Amino acid sequence: MKPIIKVESLSKQYRLGSVGTGTLSNDLKRWWHQVRGKDDPFLKIGESNDRSTKGKSEYVWALKDINFEVMPGEILGIIGKNGAGKSTLLKILSKVTGPTTGRIDYNGRIGSLLEVGTGFHPELTGRENIFLNGAILGMTKREIRAKLDEIIDFSGCERYIDTPVKRYSSGMTVRLGFAVAAHLDPEILIVDEVLAVGDAEFQKKAIGKMQDISKGGGRTVLFVSHNMGSLRQLCTRGLLIGKGQVTCEGSIDTVIDEYLQNVSKRTEYNAPLGETEVFIRKAYFEREKQGYLFSEEVKIIVEVASKIQASNTSFSFAVVNKFDQRVFSNVYPFSCKIGNYRFSIKLPSKLLAPNHYSILLAVDIPNQILFDYVVSALSFEIIDEGSLLSKYTGHHGDIIIENNIDLVKEPKPLK
Amino acid sequence: MTDKETYSSSITPKDKLFDLRLGEIWQYRDLLVLFVRRDFVSKFKQTILGPLWFFIQPIFQTAVMAIVFGGMAKLSTDGAPPILFYLAGVTAWNYFANCLRSTSNTFTTNAGLFGKVYFPRAVMPLSVVISNLIQFGIGLLLFLVLYAYFALRGYPLHPNSTLLLMPLLIIIMGFMGLGLGMLVSAMTTRYRDLQYLVEFGVQLLMYATPVILPLSAVPAKYQPIMLANPMTGVIETFKYGFFKTGIFSWELVGYSAGFTLIAFLVGLVVFNYTEKNFIDVV
Repeated sequence: MKPIIKVESLSKQYRLGSVGTGTLSNDLKRWWHQVRGKDDPFLKIGESNDRSTKGKSEYVWALKDINFEVMPGEILGIIGKNGAGKSTLLKILSKVTGPTTGRIDYNGRIGSLLEVGTGFHPELTGRENIFLNGAILGMTKREIRAKLDEIIDFSGCERYIDTPVKRYSSGMTVRLGFAVAAHLDPEILIVDEVLAVGDAEFQKKAIGKMQDISKGGGRTVLFVSHNMGSLRQLCTRGLLIGKGQVTCEGSIDTVIDEYLQNVSKRTEYNAPLGETEVFIRKAYFEREKQGYLFSEEVKIIVEVASKIQASNTSFSFAVVNKFDQRVFSNVYPFSCKIGNYRFSIKLPSKLLAPNHYSILLAVDIPNQILFDYVVSALSFEIIDEGSLLSKYTGHHGDIIIENNIDLVKEPKPLK
Repeated sequence: MTDKETYSSSITPKDKLFDLRLGEIWQYRDLLVLFVRRDFVSKFKQTILGPLWFFIQPIFQTAVMAIVFGGMAKLSTDGAPPILFYLAGVTAWNYFANCLRSTSNTFTTNAGLFGKVYFPRAVMPLSVVISNLIQFGIGLLLFLVLYAYFALRGYPLHPNSTLLLMPLLIIIMGFMGLGLGMLVSAMTTRYRDLQYLVEFGVQLLMYATPVILPLSAVPAKYQPIMLANPMTGVIETFKYGFFKTGIFSWELVGYSAGFTLIAFLVGLVVFNYTEKNFIDVV
């Protein structure tokens, strides 16, 4: 079968800093090179797209030499860290911005859903906005009229359909926007993290609709998300982008695993020289990876070496959140003899909210001697995996208590 | 390399410079209509007077001109009733000025929308010109009512066959505003300076157009400046049609039409060239 999208050595260069100062002189330089038939001088420079390191050049390659193909009917998940170039790629695909070099060939219409409700006008009613939004997304009036009832029904906003959108709640706006976009009929659909919004019921509906779109209609979907759960549910293939380049391509599971392995840096701790009497020699993850799904246990191995004998020592660890606050800690008393010890720590699944954490380790005799103290010996990420969970990310605390623990018992009638 | 031709579309760094992509705009004609509608509906939501505002502005502008220039300064109106003379000028001029002003910031005001979804960007300024055309139509209606009133009162008004050129004049005004506006909007994405220039430039340009002073009343020394202004021919012919005063010449109209054609083509080409990457610099 012939691919429906073919991306060949696609690159995009951006200029950092404030655009505007010095643009005129660089524009003139560029023009002068063109007049003499030479290459653009600014295309030779530019560095790879690494957010965290300070670069020398003010030009960076947001995407560099991207090649991939998508088959008809495939749902391709595009994964990458913030700033890896995912959004740039989608922007080029949806023709919002042009590439610097390279080309994309495709068949059919490309419809994009970069942000739902694009172009909604607050003064217009829901119905009027369906037409406007649909037309912006490339539908004709006829197509919209034919699907109007279906769209209104899907959005679940029937009661408000003749009310100006400015009176809508943000959730309703999103529902309406997604409803329009979901009924868009392009051969290729681009979706960027829309599923992160809306309530659980609507998310389920949205995911279902996306599956229908690709399975039933044979439509091709490119899907960008940080939500590994919905990626795994929806996609058939994955594409991992890092620093503006394709770093991994294959089945969605392979690509997600590859991504999870590289989310952050401290996967291993090895003691520096000049140790104390008792010290933490080594710490590592049992399964050499740092990204864990919410439903996965995090298993950590810590090796402690002792050169002395003491009876009242304790080994303790703490889970620290990204704001350097301790989420919880555990103290384990043991009497140590000369030699090496191996501790296994098992953080239960479905406990830590999806976020970034680090582990603090210590060995001491409580209130007497602190032998060793390692701040952020290891770090790991708990990854959002299901639509229900996305609501925990960020602002619901670090610990999640599932409903089945029965914190509150069902009330009984008083006599 | 061989299967490149089998793809229906492609995205490349640069398009052909002279690809006007008019077909694509046609495909999005429904969007064009909806944008015009949106413009209208949103303009008068939560106002008491609603579309009456279309009348209020030109009436006051004309009244002030009639008092200041006609009453106090006693400037010539070539024998036409001052109210009608100024209203004719204001109605036509405002159409052009509004087209130019509101298309010239297309990219900067719509950056949010353009940054998210693709449609032929030219749809936006075109919709602005069409909604201004409707506004102009309402203004013209007001003018015609007053004109009929003056005619009934027995003023010698002399409407003549030049009025048949009216559709051409309207097209010229709209497209000149559109062409220049698109050119400016494409350039303001990089250099904001132009935006300010247009703001007051349009105001100044009115004085170099026979809106207030008829061409015949301008001293010979300054006439070349006025004649170089492509809007002069339009406004002068517009008034000639209704009052048979002033100057009518095919050269003037031809100059305006030629200028408009070039401005529109250049504007569209530059606009289309800019739309591809403007989001990176805006």
